[in-house]
Amino acid sequence: MKPSGLNVLVIDENRIRAAIIEEGLRDAGYDQITVIDEMRGLARRIADLNPDVIVIDLENPNRDMLESFFQISRAVKRPIAMFVDKSDEASIEAAVDAGVSAYIVDGLKQERVRPILKMAISRFNAFSRLNRELEETRGELENRKLIDRAKGLLMRSRGLSEDAAYALLRRTAMNQNRKIVEIAQSLLTAASLLDPGAEE
Amino acid sequence: MTTTHHITAGFLPLLDSALLVAAREKGFAEAQSVELTLVRERSWATIRDRLAVSHFDVAHILAPMPIACNLGLSAPAPKMVVPMALGLGGNAVTVSAALWDAMAECGATDDLDARTSGAALRRAIDSRKGEALRFGVVHPYSAHNYELRYWLAASGIDPDSEIEIVVLPPPDMGDALASGLIDGYCAGEPWNTFGVLKRSAHLATVKAAIWKSSPEKVLGVNARWAESHGEALDALLRALYSASLWCAEPENHEELASLLADTSYVARPAELLLPALKGLLPIGAGQTRVVKDFFVPNAKAATFPWKSHALWFYTQMVRWHQIEHTAEHQKIAGGTYRPDIYRNAMRSLGVALPSASAKVEGALRVETPVGSSGALTLGPDGFFDGSLFDPDDITTYIAAQLGS
Repeated sequence: MKPSGLNVLVIDENRIRAAIIEEGLRDAGYDQITVIDEMRGLARRIADLNPDVIVIDLENPNRDMLESFFQISRAVKRPIAMFVDKSDEASIEAAVDAGVSAYIVDGLKQERVRPILKMAISRFNAFSRLNRELEETRGELENRKLIDRAKGLLMRSRGLSEDAAYALLRRTAMNQNRKIVEIAQSLLTAASLLDPGAEE
Repeated sequence: MTTTHHITAGFLPLLDSALLVAAREKGFAEAQSVELTLVRERSWATIRDRLAVSHFDVAHILAPMPIACNLGLSAPAPKMVVPMALGLGGNAVTVSAALWDAMAECGATDDLDARTSGAALRRAIDSRKGEALRFGVVHPYSAHNYELRYWLAASGIDPDSEIEIVVLPPPDMGDALASGLIDGYCAGEPWNTFGVLKRSAHLATVKAAIWKSSPEKVLGVNARWAESHGEALDALLRALYSASLWCAEPENHEELASLLADTSYVARPAELLLPALKGLLPIGAGQTRVVKDFFVPNAKAATFPWKSHALWFYTQMVRWHQIEHTAEHQKIAGGTYRPDIYRNAMRSLGVALPSASAKVEGALRVETPVGSSGALTLGPDGFFDGSLFDPDDITTYIAAQLGS
């Protein structure tokens, strides 16, 4: 069975995430998908598109604006309700946990819409995971830089080799039950306090 | 040993989150054994959704919104109770420099008087050609929307046919005004001060002139949580009351402004927050005006959840065709605000409390001492057009407004 026939609008200022959701929906057989990342003229765009389902991220500050369009249907031609099923608390909770919200045209059968919400939830979760991993990698890089600077400081001020400088940092960290990067940070802070400009 | 109550509260970065911020930062929550976590959000819709799924126990929320939730206007809505208000006043109507010039030519004066500025706007619309004026508000179920509409309607302007009212996030209002997308807006602080100081806007009038001593944000509480955490809620209400006393002291205004300016709260410079706290507002073209009672955190029973406030918002929902008037709807609206919870929580603080739970809005023309202790004064609480709202005669009030 072709799941489409449904007109899906994805509103997300994060273009990468929007692309991830769009791809997921297309893979699932939905072919009428529009992505909007620009909030200007949103009312007119929605009126023109006349979507059956709207997916929007919870962090979008324009959600209040969007919901106001559903009132006395100024911008939307058909009444739109929020979420797949008011009584379906678990799916609402999963959506909010994932950071996504969905609105559907009144009267649409829930079986037709639920897969869209499920897809959006899983893609939002995947995106958050990706982001977290990216941040962790970025953090590791930062840590590596701090440790390198601390090593350089020790090599210059105490005439140590690189290996010996690293060993000293590691030993100090073990003795104090702290992370190497924390020792490196303290060392750099102390050095800059004692002699501003010494490090560079 | 006292137990610690862990409470998570959602808020939007606005001046009137002050009571929650002060409760946490100045130790009032801690003094009541409340460990208060504050989570900043970017839309009221998300505050509502996260209350619904119990990410938040309580929230800083638009005064009419819990009523709208309980009336089923805003699914997926949690059942909510409002045991406390978070102050009175705090909003203004800000207009573009161009619209202000047109209003000034039609007799608008610099005193922020709601009647004069409304009449001037009426005349400015009459002599205007082209598109209808567009005004921004923050939410359909907001005091901003209702007080703007009340001001327009009482000035002889139909807010539905003669003005286009659109919803915008408050931080976007100033830019939307400067770029001509809107001609005016009704928003909370610091966004009026921002518009005036940074986007050449002009204040037309203030909430404190349209409806004196009127509520703006309240503490919205997930009803299920309230039922099972009565002790924690009472402790939080006491902490917020102590915070309201601290926020009201003029000598604390500088410190409060810098607390709120912090990146984890409003994240805007303190100089944009101080005018509203001091009641000394920049109104445009380099001028300032003293607006006594612009934002009232404690005086005049500012944190008391009057049922008459809830019911007035309800009448405006009916007036602007958001809901039909029925006895059942009226009961739900009035029952959302819970002065009984407030009274119970405050008992141990020895705070002077109003003896009634509702009042005739507009009946107090001057500041009036109430209660036997004399420690509490109320009002004035009038609407600028002099009309009264009697919560015991809602049907007549609604009929008069729908008929006009």
